[in-house]
Amino acid sequence: MTITLNVNGKNVQVDVQPNETLLDVLRNKLYITGPKEGCGNGECGACTILYNGKVVNSCLVLALEADGAEILTIEGLTKDGRLHPIQEAFIEENAFQCGFCTPGFVISTKALLDRNPNPSNEDIIEALAGNLCRCTGYQTILKAVKRAAEKLGVEK
Amino acid sequence: MREKYVGKPIPRVDAYEKVTGTAVYVTDMFFPRMLYGAVLRSPHPHAKIKKIDVSKAKALEGVAAVVTSKECPYRQGIYLVDRPIFATDRVRYVGEPVAAVAAESMEIAMKALELIEVEYEPLPAVFDPLEAMKGEVLIHPDLASYERLPIYNIEPEKNVFHHHKTRKGDVEKGFKEADYIIEGEYSLPQIYHAPLEPHGAIAFYDFNGNLTVWSSAQSPYTLRNLIAHAFKMSRHKVRVIAPYVGGGFGGKAGINMEGIVIALAMQVPGRHVKLIYSREEDIMATVVRQGMYAKVKAGVKKDGTLVAWEETMVFDGGAYAEYGTNVVRAAGYTTPGPYYVPNIKVDSYGVYTNHLVGGAFRGFGHGELHWAVERHMDKIAKTLGMDPLELRLKNVLRPGHTNAMGQKMHEHTGNVEACLKKAADLIGYGEKPEQPKDRVKRRGRGIAALVKAPAMPTNAASSVVIKFNEDASVTLQVSIQEIGQGFNTAITQMAADALHISPDKIKVVFPIDTDANPYEWQTVASRALWTVGNALYRAAEDALSQIKNIASQVLGVAPYNLEVEDDRVYIKYDPEVYIPLKDIVMGYTYPDGHAIGGPVIGRGSFVPERLTNLDPETGQGNAAAEWTFGAEAAEVEVDMETGEVKILKLVGVFDAGRVVNPMIAAGQIIGGMVQGMGPALFEQITYTDDGKPISISFTDYKIPTIADMPDEMIADFVETPEATSPFGVRGIAEHPMISVPPAIASAIYDAVGVDINDLPVTPEKILKALKEKHS
Repeated sequence: MTITLNVNGKNVQVDVQPNETLLDVLRNKLYITGPKEGCGNGECGACTILYNGKVVNSCLVLALEADGAEILTIEGLTKDGRLHPIQEAFIEENAFQCGFCTPGFVISTKALLDRNPNPSNEDIIEALAGNLCRCTGYQTILKAVKRAAEKLGVEK
Repeated sequence: MREKYVGKPIPRVDAYEKVTGTAVYVTDMFFPRMLYGAVLRSPHPHAKIKKIDVSKAKALEGVAAVVTSKECPYRQGIYLVDRPIFATDRVRYVGEPVAAVAAESMEIAMKALELIEVEYEPLPAVFDPLEAMKGEVLIHPDLASYERLPIYNIEPEKNVFHHHKTRKGDVEKGFKEADYIIEGEYSLPQIYHAPLEPHGAIAFYDFNGNLTVWSSAQSPYTLRNLIAHAFKMSRHKVRVIAPYVGGGFGGKAGINMEGIVIALAMQVPGRHVKLIYSREEDIMATVVRQGMYAKVKAGVKKDGTLVAWEETMVFDGGAYAEYGTNVVRAAGYTTPGPYYVPNIKVDSYGVYTNHLVGGAFRGFGHGELHWAVERHMDKIAKTLGMDPLELRLKNVLRPGHTNAMGQKMHEHTGNVEACLKKAADLIGYGEKPEQPKDRVKRRGRGIAALVKAPAMPTNAASSVVIKFNEDASVTLQVSIQEIGQGFNTAITQMAADALHISPDKIKVVFPIDTDANPYEWQTVASRALWTVGNALYRAAEDALSQIKNIASQVLGVAPYNLEVEDDRVYIKYDPEVYIPLKDIVMGYTYPDGHAIGGPVIGRGSFVPERLTNLDPETGQGNAAAEWTFGAEAAEVEVDMETGEVKILKLVGVFDAGRVVNPMIAAGQIIGGMVQGMGPALFEQITYTDDGKPISISFTDYKIPTIADMPDEMIADFVETPEATSPFGVRGIAEHPMISVPPAIASAIYDAVGVDINDLPVTPEKILKALKEKHS
């Protein structure tokens, strides 16, 4: 069956199987490999994307259900070859090591800052509690989110 | 070494790729006509395989290959070759590969697995290593016939794959001199690495018999070596390409699941086969950290001086030894850790069980040994009525002391005393923490020390090639994996200082390709900056001397009167006379057209100096090249009604020798401490009574989340330059995980007065201990 997705601002049509997840379609059919599969059960957040503006684990969404959806992945954050302020903040605070969980954290951060431009520590912890990282110990990620909020505040 | 870039918090060279999601991991690679692999696994912890029928699977449309031990009758292993790629006559743990399929799609591959028929005859299984040592159930009846490195000491009738002995001084004499003899028992369960990227590999076998493997590998060269050994191939026919690794923590060292996908690819020459493990497979069928049981007896003088230390460690190695041989050995030769004891007797056993396979995990052997040693130091302090920090400071290894294997400590070996004092200051040791108004919640502080050297073969080698390009930029070839630790950034800084050029002009070749990059033993053991630093220094000297030799002919001055700086080579005593570097590095061409020299290629090789095997009966010798000391401290809040522990603050201080990049080094420490919190409080592999693993998802195997993060974490350093490194560096990457559990256990005792000696320190154990204390 063919579905239409708007991925990072571009419409694409893609054939999908009834049991295929949105993550599988993004990665294996559209080669959008920023979202990662860390567990396939919605337990780790490595596949986090924005789905009609809402933060979801794309491994838990059936591709068929996503027909017509607007999707933002980490690939859609850079504009004209320039980093998004969240990405800059992650670099400046050294908020990643192996990098495998980073696309998920960056997208979860975007979702948080879109709805809450000045999050408290508790807000950040709540928003990122579904994203696992085994390398950083989270301290620099927390700082990066705050720095990103400051950067975005200045931009506005 | 003149420092311009070493010591600076330069942003990571892999930053842009990683924050944009464009860093490529094996799972992100796709090839035309690629096949997908899937694995059929044992449902039994121990059983005979009576029959395997793959005919129906083979007949399924879209199946390209089915493989069992019939097609792939090979065993693998780094130090002891005991692990079949596919189970042959028997299975030894739940999850062991029995057969594999390559198919046009993942869906077809999964269907084909269901069509494979296997007939098992269950065998008695053994899950407790102490039980296994009785030898009633033999897991490897043919152990004596397995190929192994001769330094490993098997005891086949006891399921023992290595028995390490340390005999220093006279432990009986020591106990006679002691005023107190204090005994204790400590244990910890198997735990899981939990890298966010599960293991994965792609294999391609061509019609010339050349094999290429893309793997999420920490050790491309050792992987190549072990593949070639297992499959009986010439090394030059095997090529390993290792893109970014999404976390490894030791679990992706050596060889792991690659053999399965290689066996499939060999059945279908000319087609790529991709095998990416699910999370469940990653937990069940790669490696976990061994469980351990330890029994300690220490002899102590009234003033706290340690005079004798006797310890038996028994490791639950699981079904195959893997790295376990060396885990057991490292724990055996390092105990009792950072303390000087004149009389030591240690027996460390690696024992087969029908549990998941044990392997290398960040700081292997050391998290285990320090749990027992540091818990026991607290017990000694309590018995003597002495402050635990004071007891530690009294006994730490100092210059002139010898450690357990008899190596002499020097000023330049590192300073554990300074680490302890700094960590104590940073946690506020000695002052009582402010207690919450809620009387049910009590706060306490604890501290623990640690030491670790790289546990590696005596000849673990490194090499570096520096290639100058036409514009005097540099391509640096080295085969240490960028696994998140920041190696590519740190080595760029070191190369910039060694070559006297800007880091902007240097690129570290990546991904690693064993057909192109020079030899490196492995990305393990916190040895990279130390060992590669040595090779780099030699390569840089080689390149600089080539540059100076050419310039010397052109400028008519001795090479030693020349200096290289940024983009030029100039005369030291007349710096305005220079040649641009770009006019030298491909050879110099005179105005009349004739040329001299040629492309500058610097070459540096290194093996550790003066290491020896250990005496098999006494464990004395020189097995460790450099030691890193550290100290960690914790402040906790214990809820006496629920038994819950909140970590309020963690501190880690390490004698790094020289910190190359303070931002990245701090990241290692913070990350390692949080990785230590999990096993301290909740992480463990759990099984059903009949040996089936239960904790095979992130729901059942929890790791720390951002919500578990302490309110405050501090990373700090002591810098006693390492004499065996031209840069003064020593490793720190594994160390932060090691002594977090004992520091937390100590803080819990300080808070509520109960000692938990078996990890993890769960609320149930605390409540039980509180109940016993009050009754």
